[in-house]
Amino acid sequence: MLKKLAITAITTLTLSASSLYAAGGEQHIEDVAFSFEGPFGTYDQNQMQRGLQVYTEVCSACHGLKFVPIRTLGDEGGPSLPADQVRAYAKQFDIYDPEKDEDVPRKPTDHFPTSADPNAPDLSLMAKARIGYHGPYGTGLNQLFNGIGGPEYIVSILNGYTGEEKEEAGKTYYENHAFPGGWISMPPPLFGEDVEFADGSSNELEKEAIDVAAFLMWTAEPKMMDRKKSGFIAVILLTMLSVLLYATNKRIWAPVKQRAKDETSGES
Amino acid sequence: MSGIPHDHYEPKTGFEKWLHSRLPIVGLVYDTIMIPTPKNLNWMWIWGIVLAFCLVLQIVTGIVLAMHYTPHVDLAFASVEHIMRDVNGGYMLRYLHANGASLFFIAVYIHIFRGLYYGSYKAPREVTWIIGMLIYLAMMATAFMGYVLPWGQMSFWGATVITGLFGAIPFIGESIQAWLLGGPAVDNATLNRFFSLHYLLPFVLAALVAIHIWAFHTTGNGNPTGVEVRRGSKEEAEKDTLPFWPYFVIKDLFALAIVLLIFFAVVGFMPNYLGHPDNYIEANPLSTPAHIVPEWYFLPFYAILRAFTADVWVVQLVNWLTFGIVDAKFFGVIAMFGAIAVMFLAPWLDTSSVRSGRFRPMFKWWYLLLVIDFIVLMWVGARPTDFPYDWISLIASAYWFGYFLVILPLLGVIEKPTTPPATIEDDFNAHYGNH
Repeated sequence: MLKKLAITAITTLTLSASSLYAAGGEQHIEDVAFSFEGPFGTYDQNQMQRGLQVYTEVCSACHGLKFVPIRTLGDEGGPSLPADQVRAYAKQFDIYDPEKDEDVPRKPTDHFPTSADPNAPDLSLMAKARIGYHGPYGTGLNQLFNGIGGPEYIVSILNGYTGEEKEEAGKTYYENHAFPGGWISMPPPLFGEDVEFADGSSNELEKEAIDVAAFLMWTAEPKMMDRKKSGFIAVILLTMLSVLLYATNKRIWAPVKQRAKDETSGES
Repeated sequence: MSGIPHDHYEPKTGFEKWLHSRLPIVGLVYDTIMIPTPKNLNWMWIWGIVLAFCLVLQIVTGIVLAMHYTPHVDLAFASVEHIMRDVNGGYMLRYLHANGASLFFIAVYIHIFRGLYYGSYKAPREVTWIIGMLIYLAMMATAFMGYVLPWGQMSFWGATVITGLFGAIPFIGESIQAWLLGGPAVDNATLNRFFSLHYLLPFVLAALVAIHIWAFHTTGNGNPTGVEVRRGSKEEAEKDTLPFWPYFVIKDLFALAIVLLIFFAVVGFMPNYLGHPDNYIEANPLSTPAHIVPEWYFLPFYAILRAFTADVWVVQLVNWLTFGIVDAKFFGVIAMFGAIAVMFLAPWLDTSSVRSGRFRPMFKWWYLLLVIDFIVLMWVGARPTDFPYDWISLIASAYWFGYFLVILPLLGVIEKPTTPPATIEDDFNAHYGNH
């Protein structure tokens, strides 16, 4: 009975899920094959550095990363900048020193600045805060099966401008296919060839958008590679433990089940 | 301690006798883990161990998280990010704690539905069932307050919506709401008291769990046949049972290892899948999210809360009969708490003389429908309230009440149950013997 129940429940869920899946969402989000997807996916150090460059030269004009300590740029698994580059990077942002009562250059132990434009949201966690916009119907099934998540949303926003504008109550809105409602107050930030990459990578709009989205995934989840490694070790250890416990359980119960056989051998 | 006759602890050495006459703690532990357990328990009886593990996991990870967390509206969100980025293994602690809550509720729902199918709530186990329901209520309160602590958008707006329910109580509602929140709106006072209570309630839970175990160790475990263990003599009882250690401890640990295998895969590879992404946006009292959705484990009851709108005739009738005191909002609150209250009453609403659903041909189908109903309520609870979701949630809510208040009492009268096996031994031998 319960087996039947479980099968029914799973079938119902799968059916409703697939019908939802077919219905699709109202926003247009492109799937991107990021290097960090899947259980074994990792951040690409070169891509992190390119994304950091796009953030620094373009996004940081308005958006902050206030939850990210600058020193983590040197951490393994991220952009992994050498210590002297991290120090040099920190210096370009000022911070108010209450003791001296003046602005001083940041140290690596300081965080990235908050948003320069008060209307621009902080980007530290944007890649995780936008996962659910990928439906269908907010179920996150696209995320589960296709790995479509926050970074894809960021790429789609950056690529989603149509060039149309409208004025409403003194504010300018820009048409964007990826944004809920279709009109966003952020002017198009990237046009292609906005930055020159030191490694000679393509600086087309799509490539820049993918690089900065990958970087923002790292700012949102800097410990992702450690987490997956821990998860992998836990799964291996628990598999071994399960096998041992299965064998122990089988052995302990064998005499009990044998007795049941012996007692019934005369019957039926 | 147990009503089933079995061997008790006998102190042998001088020290054991000395201790036993002063504090019989070794005997208590011995009797608890050697309790005679029906040998025909199936795999649905493993969720108790999973739940005990969850409680320990949540308390241990929670205590360490509390060392690094700051319950202040300006610092809470940043302190969670500090845990995620700077604390050694902090991201793992937090993901274990957040997903641990989901595992806790998955396990408790399977455990409850196990009880509903096999009639675990029936005499003489009503007290075990009621304590279990109290545990479930305490879990919901703890989980709700815990979800507020990261101070994200869903934390804040979820707290606003749920405490607003108390504001729907006529005459005294607003005072109660202000008393709960510590002010006119969700603010620092709310966050502080929720943190305090979120730390306290798990220990209340632990005490309730001890009483829950005490209660069913007194009556003996239920089992899939619903047939009681023979208690005429120790020899007779031993034909129906096996000691909990090692037979069921090892079996339960094996099941727990499999459950944890899946759990750690979720924590390691998709830890945010069950959470709401809006909670990665810091709480902002000036910006209401487009959809305020509770965590998945509250959705069935949230759906019942929202199902009874002002255009439902039952609501209009009650409104008219009470001279407008019970409006649609208050009716929804009553329905939500009522949906849990009817579960408390299950032992007295079920009139069938047969305990296990295995021998109840009609009950099986109504029960199956209840399981589907629960899943439908969970799905519709996260959907908008317009057509056709309003109708789906209304019908599904009506079935929830109908099952407990109409179907369970009626089935006992009209259903003709099949014959359960005479003894647990017969059931076990029928399953594992030569047939």
